[in-house]
Amino acid sequence: MIDDNALLARSEPATSGAHAVLEVENLTKHFDMHHLGKRLLAFEGVSFRVFPGQFLLLRGQNGAGKSTLLRTLYRSYRPKGGHIWLNTDEGRIDLARAADVDIALLRRREIGFVTQFLNPRPRVAAEDIVAEPLRLAGRSKEEALAEARRWLEEFGVKPELWAAYPSTFSGGEQQKVNLARALILPQRLLMLDEPTASLDVGARQALVRRLAALKEAGVAMIGVFHHRADIADLVDSELDLTTKEPCDVAE
Amino acid sequence: MTALSDLTRPWAAMSYGFLDASAKREMRRKMLKAIAVPGCQMVYASREVPMARGWGTGGLQVTLTLVNPSSTVKVIDQGADDSVNAVSIRKFLSRVSGAKETWDTLEATIIQSRHRIPEELMREDQVLVLQVPNPEPLRPVEPNMSIAREMHADADYGRLWLILYEQMVRSGRIMQGASYPALVNGRHVMTPSPIPRWDVPKLHMARHLTFLSAGREKRIFAVPPFTSVQPLVFSDVPYRVEDHAELTCHRSGVTGYFMNEIPQEDGSSAYEVSDSNLGIKAIRIRDGEPVKIGETWYRKGAMQ
Amino acid sequence: MSAMAETLPLDAPRLMPATPILRMEGITRRFGNVVALKNVSATVYPGEVLGIVGESGSGKSTLLRLMNLEDSPDEGHYRLDIPDADGNLFDLDRYARRMLRARHIGIVYQNPHLGLLMRNSSSGNVAERLLIAGERRFAELRARAEDALSASEFPLERMDAPPIELSGGMQQRVQLAKAIALEPALLLLDEPTTGLDVSVQALVLDTLKRLQRDRAITMVLVSHDLGVIRTMADRVMVMRRGCVVEQGLADQIFQDPQHEYTQALVHAKL
Repeated sequence: MIDDNALLARSEPATSGAHAVLEVENLTKHFDMHHLGKRLLAFEGVSFRVFPGQFLLLRGQNGAGKSTLLRTLYRSYRPKGGHIWLNTDEGRIDLARAADVDIALLRRREIGFVTQFLNPRPRVAAEDIVAEPLRLAGRSKEEALAEARRWLEEFGVKPELWAAYPSTFSGGEQQKVNLARALILPQRLLMLDEPTASLDVGARQALVRRLAALKEAGVAMIGVFHHRADIADLVDSELDLTTKEPCDVAE
Repeated sequence: MTALSDLTRPWAAMSYGFLDASAKREMRRKMLKAIAVPGCQMVYASREVPMARGWGTGGLQVTLTLVNPSSTVKVIDQGADDSVNAVSIRKFLSRVSGAKETWDTLEATIIQSRHRIPEELMREDQVLVLQVPNPEPLRPVEPNMSIAREMHADADYGRLWLILYEQMVRSGRIMQGASYPALVNGRHVMTPSPIPRWDVPKLHMARHLTFLSAGREKRIFAVPPFTSVQPLVFSDVPYRVEDHAELTCHRSGVTGYFMNEIPQEDGSSAYEVSDSNLGIKAIRIRDGEPVKIGETWYRKGAMQ
Repeated sequence: MSAMAETLPLDAPRLMPATPILRMEGITRRFGNVVALKNVSATVYPGEVLGIVGESGSGKSTLLRLMNLEDSPDEGHYRLDIPDADGNLFDLDRYARRMLRARHIGIVYQNPHLGLLMRNSSSGNVAERLLIAGERRFAELRARAEDALSASEFPLERMDAPPIELSGGMQQRVQLAKAIALEPALLLLDEPTTGLDVSVQALVLDTLKRLQRDRAITMVLVSHDLGVIRTMADRVMVMRRGCVVEQGLADQIFQDPQHEYTQALVHAKL
């Protein structure tokens, strides 16, 4: 049972669809560190809903579990209790207990995760890395490449680097390639884990612009942001994890 | 009371056909097995015969098993009836069996041959016995004969094909001259013995039965009548026989048969038909004798 | 929530097609008194890379050999979703196994001597696969061997060199070409980069990754090297002393290992 009373309400969401994209119910995560014989609680009893075109900001002190929550939603961490209902074309699926192979499919199809870390494949050009999601979605090589270059430019990656291998780039440059790739194909749900860390102002602004556009297109977002000011205008609702109490979120 | 002499046969220096009855029984069984699985090598207990190993003992054992008093035997060595070894074997056969000897392919009921098949078509009442030095086509690929046997059982001929592939890659053509590996009845690959490429197509769907026997290696295999024999070739690189269409035998004048090349002192070559009796018959016809040359597989260098 | 075996949703529709390409159930294999595999099950879905990680003695190589139908278990069922393969593949006789292997399964061994004819040409090694499958046109053999070798990023000017003359990395590329020549449903790799120089390892893995993405080849990759598994696998199975200790998405196994053994394995590496 979810209480719909707002804790912190901001602007109206761009689109208010009838169905939430994601419904999290009583989610709990702890870590069992066997070699220490310890159990570490990350968060418990978290519930919220995210609708299309809505931006949910995760707040809390460092160590409150913001990043952990994102990763748990993405299934990089295994939830220990509760539900993560994703409304898909096939119906409602509980990501907390879905088969690994279904999670893999959903990650390809509709859930994106953006971090500051890129695992660059050796000897693949930056523009090819960015173009890949479009290629996988069936777009032609030329189209995908043109689109990729556009976004590389938007994020401020110098043209002479487009055909170069990102493994040779600086952290910031890799980050931009990462973002361009992660955001090139609108997905239903996007999770953002400190994507602006180590980015210059120009790139941060490009990111915010892109996120705004994606919001407009109906992409639901859950984000952890260090520079809150950047995305202040995008945020529709917030979830504070420090209190470790079930938080309710406005629609 | 019955005398012992009534129960036994009169003393003879040797059995009929030299080989004793149990040796012939073994041979017959293995010969039947060989016919039952065309192209598959059957192991047999190779007996001692008055000839050294490597000189045709395998072929001899088969012929001795087949021969009976009404047989007519022809023996050739590289196509010649008059070579020393051919003559020795033929005389021996006649002595131990009472069979008739002949040089004429058309007259013979059993033809034992080293490394050639006669040019005249053979009939269903004739048997061809080929002498085989190395019966195992997989030997260049797998020297261990136990493993080679498994490969035959598994029809695992990939590595044999690989040899042909690499010949093509290296020289642009298949280099295999004699002993061209052939697939028998669509199942087993055999070496047809060191007959030239010219002769291999004669085995395909022949009306006669062919035995291939290796005495030293103790293996026998067979091509029953009307059995398919396909030399291993790539489908886009046709099988080519020796190009003897334009060659003429300098002694008999026949053209378009498999020829032996005889280098001359001036560096040129003269050619002589390899199937000597064919040449002899041609000469006798030229001299006006009432001799018949049978229908041949080839005419003017091309298979009919 | 169980860390063992794949968790299935109790009340949600399955998204992936119901048929995995490989399904092994209840595999037990004993060698005398040693139980190499104890009731092991494995599932592989089309187009994914399943990484099997474990120390020596974990049974991972035994499992791979069973997948390649080189061996038979004492108990267990093996199904592949391919044409002309029905029922438990362990029931197939020697010839049928060979034919199935030849057409539908590619394998790359750690030791190239196992997988290659060292003294035949590299293109010949690939051609041999095609010949066994019945290809008889020389031009086709040549062209397809070239294709497979170039997809494996093998320098074509050396395509007729025998593997014995090549470096370790190149030998593995020939193995790879040989394995993919017939576009098999399943590609098995047993420690494919172990023993190679670190820099060469990275290059070979990159080729594998690229190949997998371009051709959506389903792979089962066995390694004791976590770095290799991390680079390549979509899902990971952790094995220890013949049992599957944990199974999950690759990032989850590395970021949030559940089982004590997995934690020790992952943390030791990191």
